[in-house]
Amino acid sequence: MQATYVEAIRQGIWEEMERDPNVFLIGEDIGVYGGAFKVTQGMLDHFGERRVVDTPIAESAIVGAAIGASFMGLRPVAEMQFADFISCGFDQIVNFAAKCRYRWNAPVPIVVRAPCGGGIHGGPYHSQQNEAWFTHTPGLKVVLPATAKDAKGLIKSAIRDNDPVIFYEHKALYRRIKEDLPEGDYTVPIGKANIHREGKDMTIVTYSAMVYVAEEVAQLMEKEGVSIEIVDLRTLTPLDEETILTSVRKTSKVIVLHEANLTGGFGGEIAARITEKAFESLDGPVLRIAAPDTPVPYSPPLEKAYLPDAQKLLEKVRWLAEY
Amino acid sequence: MAAAKLEVVRTRQEPESELHAELARKFLYYMGLMREVEDRIERKLYRQGKIVGGVYVGRGQEAIPVGSGLAARPDDVLFPSHRDLALYLIRGLTPGQIFAQYMGRMDGLTAGREGNMHMGDLKKGLVSIISAMAASIPVAAGAAMALKYQGKDNIAWVYFGDGASSRGDWHEGINFATVQKLPLVLLCNNNQYAYSTPLSKQMACANVADRAPGYNMPAEIVDGNDVFAVHEAAQRAAAHARAGLGPYLIECKTFRMTGHSAHDPADYVPKRMFEEWAGMCPIARLEQRMEENGWAAREEIDETRAKIRREADAAIEWAEQSPYPDPSTLLDRVYES
Repeated sequence: MQATYVEAIRQGIWEEMERDPNVFLIGEDIGVYGGAFKVTQGMLDHFGERRVVDTPIAESAIVGAAIGASFMGLRPVAEMQFADFISCGFDQIVNFAAKCRYRWNAPVPIVVRAPCGGGIHGGPYHSQQNEAWFTHTPGLKVVLPATAKDAKGLIKSAIRDNDPVIFYEHKALYRRIKEDLPEGDYTVPIGKANIHREGKDMTIVTYSAMVYVAEEVAQLMEKEGVSIEIVDLRTLTPLDEETILTSVRKTSKVIVLHEANLTGGFGGEIAARITEKAFESLDGPVLRIAAPDTPVPYSPPLEKAYLPDAQKLLEKVRWLAEY
Repeated sequence: MAAAKLEVVRTRQEPESELHAELARKFLYYMGLMREVEDRIERKLYRQGKIVGGVYVGRGQEAIPVGSGLAARPDDVLFPSHRDLALYLIRGLTPGQIFAQYMGRMDGLTAGREGNMHMGDLKKGLVSIISAMAASIPVAAGAAMALKYQGKDNIAWVYFGDGASSRGDWHEGINFATVQKLPLVLLCNNNQYAYSTPLSKQMACANVADRAPGYNMPAEIVDGNDVFAVHEAAQRAAAHARAGLGPYLIECKTFRMTGHSAHDPADYVPKRMFEEWAGMCPIARLEQRMEENGWAAREEIDETRAKIRREADAAIEWAEQSPYPDPSTLLDRVYES
């Protein structure tokens, strides 16, 4: 049966709530309203107020309460209305949740869902792709699905995981993509990248909505005789380094692509690991394509200039192909 | 609930009874043990270089964790602050484990991953503090929510100082807990200084409890150096929370009889305040009351003190035998696997 990305996440959460009575939801406007993006629509009616908890506007309380509930054996799924507002719960995530297991052997099995990304004219506070804040914090798992199938399988894995997971849902994908989902209960493993498209001449390492930009370019380049392999990371931490290196050793050329801004972005980490561990296999420099180091602008021409797109990628792909 | 009112409850002299005598002996043991263990930590092991990191003690504040900790049920969940060592002792951790924790040894609660009071043990219902003040309050609210979710009648107790009430987490956590009517007891040790910052620069109101009416939450102020007063207030608070009536705040007025930490000489505190509060030592007051009421003879009190000293000696010896962590374990336990 076909499902959109938003429907896939909704199904995943719903099934986990049916499966495990310890799973509950906490966040702003997730009950009667069904969430700002309707991910939790219908859940209040079905599961009741006990398991779908509408909160005051207080992200630190939401994340903190999720942590505390997890200590008592529950499996909280917390919603940040936008990934941008995760900054208000930052201390609870990076200092409490991330460090408890290492510090005093206390697992924190929580999921923090964060609708992220630009392309929806959300401006500086409703468009950020801020995963690098959390990939720099040991103890967190950072997951960013690109497909509906992965979104469902990964949200289910995240809920079952015994470590804190930051689950980034790209807003521009919610209703844009529709796919057939596997039947029945399935999960997609955290920490495992996916070869989204096989190729032999060049690798594009990417994740989240940028997978589709890479796909568009790969199709164009195929007509020009350049075969591109797309590695969809799906999880940034813990990183599936092996899949990246295997692909790079095969193609010898690599571009790292992400929607977040360039400096300090996760692409720098990937580029560094490739040069450290697969330098002898490279036939050209490791290139990065990312947003410029500015806040995400609002006005359409500015936002278009900000976001990495097929045109910007194509230029670098052609340059690298000829290198 | 009607509009919250601020109750100020004063200590009353209760009639002599065997029940009180029994309780007083327990109070004396745990308060004395906390004082002794922290004296050894701050004035011996730290100065000998055997504790290399920060040391934060609750000297002069022992009545607060002891009076409340013995009012809590064993299945209640505790969120101690960094000046509540007695809660760990009451929950059955040994002084040896505490010394090992401070010295970064394997037998500390965190196997050397953490120092000082940054420790917890979920099996004993003790949740570790993090350094950011008041961060425990939303977390305790979440634990309380889980207990309610699970239909249990145990409750959560969260501890903090006056300075913590300036942070957003304090307000976010309490607002959430009161909206949800969660079974949570909030225990403030108002020791009048947040590091070097006096109350007057911390808040514009006179009491931390003054903040409670804004959350429609009952609050009371007690003499934090009177262990019986703290204990009775804690029982009232627990009964309120356990009855499903929501959070309850107790502000314990006390004084920090030391610097913020072992490296802080606290020159910013007027000398007369230390002198004044030295006369209100919660342990000395309890001993006096025990003698006056005939609950214990001087010899018995002295024997308790001697027993505690022997216990501390043996515990330090034990902790010093505990190995340091193996550096090869550095990368372990970031994730489950």
